[in-house]
Amino acid sequence: MATVKRTVEVELSTTGLDAAGRPQRVPLVVDDGGSPLALEAPPSAEPDLAGEHMLINIGPQHPATHGVLRLVLELDGETVVRCIPHIGYLHCGFEKIGEYRQYNQVIPWTDREDYLNSPGNNVAFALGAERLFGIEITERCKVLRVMAMELSRIMSHLVWLGTTCIDIGAFTPFLWSFDQREKIYKLLEDWIGARLTTSLTRVGGMGADIPDKWIEDLTAFVQSFPKTINEIDRVVTRNGIWVGRTIGLGVMTAEEAVNHGLSGPMVRASGVAYDVRKDFPYLDYETYDFDVPVGTNGDVYDRYLVRMEELRQSTRILEQAIRRLPDGPVNIADHRVILPPKSKATSDMESMIHHFKQVMEGPRPPIGEAYVAVESPKGEKGYYMVSDGTSKPVRWRIRPPSFVNLSAISKMVEGHLLSDVIAINASIDIVMGEIDR
Amino acid sequence: MSTSFSPVVAGSALPSDAPAPATPKAIAQRGGEPNPTAAALQQRFPSAIHRVDVVWNETTVVVAGAQLFDIVRWLHDDPSQRYDYLSDVTAVEFRDTEQPIEVVWHLRSLPYRRFLRLKVKIERGAPLDVPSVWSIYRGADWLERECFDMFGIRFTGHPDLRRLLMWEQYKEGFPLRKDFPLRGRFSRSEQLRQALAANPEARYSKEELTIAQAFEDLPDDMRRRLGTGERTGE
Amino acid sequence: MGLSRRPEPAAVVGGGEPWITTRLDFVVNWARANSLWPMPFGTACCAIEFMATAASRYDLARFGMERQSFSPRQADVLICAGRVPFKLAPVLRRIWQQMPQPKWCISMGACASSGGMFDNYAVVQGIDTIIPVDVYVPGCPPRPEGLLYGILLLQKKVMNERSRDKSLRNEMEPDPSSQLYIPPPVIDEISEPFGNSVHQTRSGL
Repeated sequence: MATVKRTVEVELSTTGLDAAGRPQRVPLVVDDGGSPLALEAPPSAEPDLAGEHMLINIGPQHPATHGVLRLVLELDGETVVRCIPHIGYLHCGFEKIGEYRQYNQVIPWTDREDYLNSPGNNVAFALGAERLFGIEITERCKVLRVMAMELSRIMSHLVWLGTTCIDIGAFTPFLWSFDQREKIYKLLEDWIGARLTTSLTRVGGMGADIPDKWIEDLTAFVQSFPKTINEIDRVVTRNGIWVGRTIGLGVMTAEEAVNHGLSGPMVRASGVAYDVRKDFPYLDYETYDFDVPVGTNGDVYDRYLVRMEELRQSTRILEQAIRRLPDGPVNIADHRVILPPKSKATSDMESMIHHFKQVMEGPRPPIGEAYVAVESPKGEKGYYMVSDGTSKPVRWRIRPPSFVNLSAISKMVEGHLLSDVIAINASIDIVMGEIDR
Repeated sequence: MSTSFSPVVAGSALPSDAPAPATPKAIAQRGGEPNPTAAALQQRFPSAIHRVDVVWNETTVVVAGAQLFDIVRWLHDDPSQRYDYLSDVTAVEFRDTEQPIEVVWHLRSLPYRRFLRLKVKIERGAPLDVPSVWSIYRGADWLERECFDMFGIRFTGHPDLRRLLMWEQYKEGFPLRKDFPLRGRFSRSEQLRQALAANPEARYSKEELTIAQAFEDLPDDMRRRLGTGERTGE
Repeated sequence: MGLSRRPEPAAVVGGGEPWITTRLDFVVNWARANSLWPMPFGTACCAIEFMATAASRYDLARFGMERQSFSPRQADVLICAGRVPFKLAPVLRRIWQQMPQPKWCISMGACASSGGMFDNYAVVQGIDTIIPVDVYVPGCPPRPEGLLYGILLLQKKVMNERSRDKSLRNEMEPDPSSQLYIPPPVIDEISEPFGNSVHQTRSGL
């Protein structure tokens, strides 16, 4: 069989550096079946006594990559020399389809992109759309949204905790954290009817007001939840195996973290006190009394500590929100933007017209653009919406925190062992739905 | 844990009597207070600044593409600006074909707690080329790659501008352009056929060999770049 | 795997088949149905509901799915939980091919079953265009009870299999050069004058 040789300049080992400081290239000759025929030594490099480097592919289907992420690692024995992440395996065209949906119809889409933080995404989108429309929501709605955001933060951190513990080898906290999630699912199901993909908000208000007894249930949850955090804390935080596997891993210094655009617990663990709730507040967060944990070393252990503390702080915010929940309407009174109550829509002519216009065409904002960022459990989550006066956005851009956080993984895993790659990947808290959109 | 740890605090460059950040209320569509950076930019780069807009209290500065890199470099380095955080790089294409394509950068200054939007408008028909800010902000790496993947905008100076979300040999085009139909250009069966033929990992699971196997299918410029030995991605 | 014909009543009653074979079938099917090791091909939100189903409240282990196999070589049932974009399609196909017979597939959620709410350029409109599916579980995401019902349906399907039915374990290798058995122009010709959905003729969007 005739073999066609192609020479492709690839990098297989980093034994020498050229004048520009880049690793030397090793030409690889392949036949058209893909198998290497000849491996020529680099022109002037020391012989690599340790042997050739290995290329390992993790994913895209893998239990520990937290979704469909593909990591191509170049290994020198057990040590990672280079890591090339490949994403896009969950790219579903969210931003494209957002241009073909009315603003309220986009809200179920926000559920699905960061699916661990569905209520939080709903709130973030509604805030962005309300900025674009130029409307102010009611006080009750603000407090309910704060509750939704903090519940969603707890939900997301619980998944992170459970799956990270599994990745590092501890199975039981997964069951504990998912049992707590079931309690939050029950709360959300009582409120809006859905467990996970909630579609909680509407532009100008919420999809539904909380039912009776919901506040009592939430209070019961808030009182019982710290016991679980303490239990997990007791088992994990001072555990020799856990500490040994997470200390000193994946360190990002503060300058690197800011330059890479990291946000959320990633950047706070590196010592940068940047929290969107404190620095660019929304929903009256400056009136709530809570602390923002900041780590010192920027390693995996610090990220774990920061997220554990955030769970406690979220519980604190929930307690305050429960106490201050005011009565009053949840939705704004302007029925050109939000649906009127069904009883009025079937009896009052004007309400019926509003209902019809909104369902058929959708509310139309003025021409303009708005970028609203919130503190999602992963980091700075922003929705950038551009309107041309029609009921469908011209551009709906999601600023995904995990996307930017994940791009730093190549830097974080260099020099670590293969098993550390899994731990570092887990500590970034990625959601592929948000990364790939 | 070190005892002399001092975190980097956002707002550290503001004077101690500056008001604490608060939720913005009653935001007007136009006529809000512009970001002081806009005036500083107009003073420093008078010819490059085309327009300053304040919409919903967000300052947008429209700049000339050729000087974007110098402007961003100055915004990053100047001690009175210190825009050390790049939030986002994206693009907007309007439905109205008369309007230019806008490339948008969202910058934050953590020490001063400011937010700025920079825009470069590319007229229709002009080449979609803007400078890359990768050498200033590492975070621009994937953001610019994604912008290229979705819109076809080339960021000159980016070390490795490849498709990120779609696969390397994706033939249908740039998805977020307005002339790209929602369901793609090919029929469903053709899309499936092309996807299944894409071969995500070659026999040896080596990224470079994957590229090598599909070498003939790669676009010309990528083959040239690989041939000259450019790095195949960080 | 695949779409098996319903067994004739004669086989069930024992008219045409030896008693020992039916008993053997029963034992084999019972063993298979109650120890289905799932391969969770979880991509998105349905994967989270799958994890909730596997957690302590809606325990999957009591259905024999204690050991979730993330290696396809050791799995019985592929539970595709979540949306599958075109970039992931060859991966899913490869995973399916790597699973040894007997194997089944549960398509969990609306996105895996039909593309769900993602009717756009990027998402496979139903994984049954790539791999054969035995049970479809609707929902976005389906409740854990819904997934459990789907698993029970699969168990019933497994119990109804018959060893003499050779077509069950038949795996058709598609022609690697083309996945489309009839080229679009021929489809167009055949479907004159009514048209077809090979091209995307839906207007508006």
